[in-house]
Amino acid sequence: MTRHLVSGLLLGAMLAFGGPAAAEDPGTIRLGAAVSLTGKYSSNGAFTRNGYDLAVKRINDEGGVTVAGRPYLLEIVYYDDESTPARGAQLVERLIRQDGVKYLLGPYSSGLTEAIAPVTEKYGVPMVEANGAAISLFRKGYRYLFAVLSTTDQYLRGAVELAAAVNEDPSKLRVAMAFENDPFSQDVREGVMEDAAKHGMKIVIDDKLPPELNDMSATLSKAKVLKPDLLLVSGHDKGAALAVRQVADQRLDLPMMALTHCDSAQIAEKFGAAAEYTLCAAQWASTLKYEDALFGSASDYAALYEETYDHAAPYQAAESSAAVQVFADAFERAGSLEPDAVRDALSETDIMTFYGPIRFDETGKNVSKPTVLFQVQDGKYVVVYPREFAEAEFRWPTPAWSER
Amino acid sequence: MLDNLSLFVQYPPLALDVVLNGLLIGAIFALAAYGMALVWGVLNIVNVVQGELVVLGGYVTFVAVQWGLPPLFGLPLSAAVMFCVGWLIYRAVIFRVVDRDIFISILATFGLSILIQQLANALFGSDVRTVDADLGSVHLLDGMVTLAGIKLLAFGLAIGAGGALWFFLRKARLGQAIRATAQDPRAARILGIDTDRVFAMTYALNAALCGAAGSLAVMAWTIHPYLGLPYTVRSFMVVVVAGVGNVAGVVAAGLGLGALENVAGFVFGVEFQIAFVFALMVIILVWRNAMAARKRSHLE
Repeated sequence: MTRHLVSGLLLGAMLAFGGPAAAEDPGTIRLGAAVSLTGKYSSNGAFTRNGYDLAVKRINDEGGVTVAGRPYLLEIVYYDDESTPARGAQLVERLIRQDGVKYLLGPYSSGLTEAIAPVTEKYGVPMVEANGAAISLFRKGYRYLFAVLSTTDQYLRGAVELAAAVNEDPSKLRVAMAFENDPFSQDVREGVMEDAAKHGMKIVIDDKLPPELNDMSATLSKAKVLKPDLLLVSGHDKGAALAVRQVADQRLDLPMMALTHCDSAQIAEKFGAAAEYTLCAAQWASTLKYEDALFGSASDYAALYEETYDHAAPYQAAESSAAVQVFADAFERAGSLEPDAVRDALSETDIMTFYGPIRFDETGKNVSKPTVLFQVQDGKYVVVYPREFAEAEFRWPTPAWSER
Repeated sequence: MLDNLSLFVQYPPLALDVVLNGLLIGAIFALAAYGMALVWGVLNIVNVVQGELVVLGGYVTFVAVQWGLPPLFGLPLSAAVMFCVGWLIYRAVIFRVVDRDIFISILATFGLSILIQQLANALFGSDVRTVDADLGSVHLLDGMVTLAGIKLLAFGLAIGAGGALWFFLRKARLGQAIRATAQDPRAARILGIDTDRVFAMTYALNAALCGAAGSLAVMAWTIHPYLGLPYTVRSFMVVVVAGVGNVAGVVAAGLGLGALENVAGFVFGVEFQIAFVFALMVIILVWRNAMAARKRSHLE
């Protein structure tokens, strides 16, 4: 990956030297990032870094960014935070104080972002992050924190809306919820509770899964007799995999089931027929109809990513690339490399990217991009919500196991 | 809580479903706990790396399935591979701490558990893995009671392995040597038993049992590199409740805890499931202590 970065830099430099348009040497803008390259977030940390690198390479290939008439190339200084918050905060302090980095890209996960935000705030260093979605991050009055992704409470709201839309009388709906007892999933729950209350739906099960739990049969036994119309589960990859496996094992008939993290848990690939009809909440999909000048369409991005890294583009990478684009746009608009000027430019961001529209509210979260729902249809993830992006009709209700 | 209890009254078969599923969950924990009871009894080591051995066993099956082997073949393979791994771990680390203070061995095995977690993360990635054994489910009483085939297999295997272990410890030459070493390593050595070999075999046997448990866990549930701790804690609890070196007790404690845990999760909500189990352990320990004190006062 460093190789890509270096080759990107070289190529950019050659273009700059060789091209007749480039009258002066391009300067360098250094961004800092502490991402998880080892530890429990290592796979998602790698996606984050791939996303950053891909955007930097692309921007540099196109000639870098122009600030007040002078061209600059982007460069990222990385550290490995080992998936631990304390280490993350320490490394960010080091990036700012020792390495003299003036702009930060976020780490992977809400927990690490939460650990880092007080540090960037203290030094007045603007941070654009792409992988910390906890709503609590945006309730602390941080001025230098900006997030390109939708907040956590948005994840499963779509499923509640979709259930309300397909059922004749939403107030008769019975909802079962099993959410892990961690900040992420409890945020998701908060959003669901709000929307369910709005439609007058009845919550029949509201279980909080402990992080070390590896069996959901107590919850599913309840669902067997309470017969909910909608089951919502959020417990990271593990929760998604368990829900699909055990609902199939128990042959539990559910008209509708929606999960978070089922694309990263690869439920369609791993469980085949058992995963069919399941709804998955996601930040982004390569089939969405968003476009920008740098990467082209969402599917162009996905193709470029796959060509570069040999695996399908996960949304974690897409949003990370978008974070770099946000910085590039802010540098150009600020017309200065002064952190506070960049910060003010960031707060006025209003751009369209291949990842979706990005506009921040006063707390720094992106309020203009919706989350999407996939449904597993014939072994593929197909967007079914929001309706304007739907690739296919939502298949509902899920037939009983005896008829599948 | 009352709502949940009333479900049992409205649908009596549901109670059976919850208890049976709990027993089946307990079976996998019992399987992992046999080895811990053995190692604790014979080597006098609290094997904190137990859960990681289970997770590694799961990865062996996962890799075997990736290579195109049928999932159920992964079961003996996991046991065999983990037997070797256990033997290697003994030769590399455990033999150095056998006669030492219990805190040294806890530290050593704790260190090993961190090492194995990170190695598993580096080798297999932090993704959640699972294998489908395609055994289907058994439905009873109009679909009210559903038992996953793989968990039934796990149950049978746990009971079978318990029986085999019991028989092995009583009848086989090595089993007798293991028991003799557990009673008094010095006397066993004087009588010509190669206690070092007995220790190595005991540890390897433990790892093999963990491997089988892990193989079942990856087919019944999911595994990832950091899932070892729950297995270590449950095994520890089962052994503490059952007593060291008591095979029948381990089966009973494992199954009983599984069933109680599932019922508690159903009635109080899953967030209290683990808390309930720990509270239960404290009560059992206090009660056992009180019983022992009464017995002592009788003797005086």
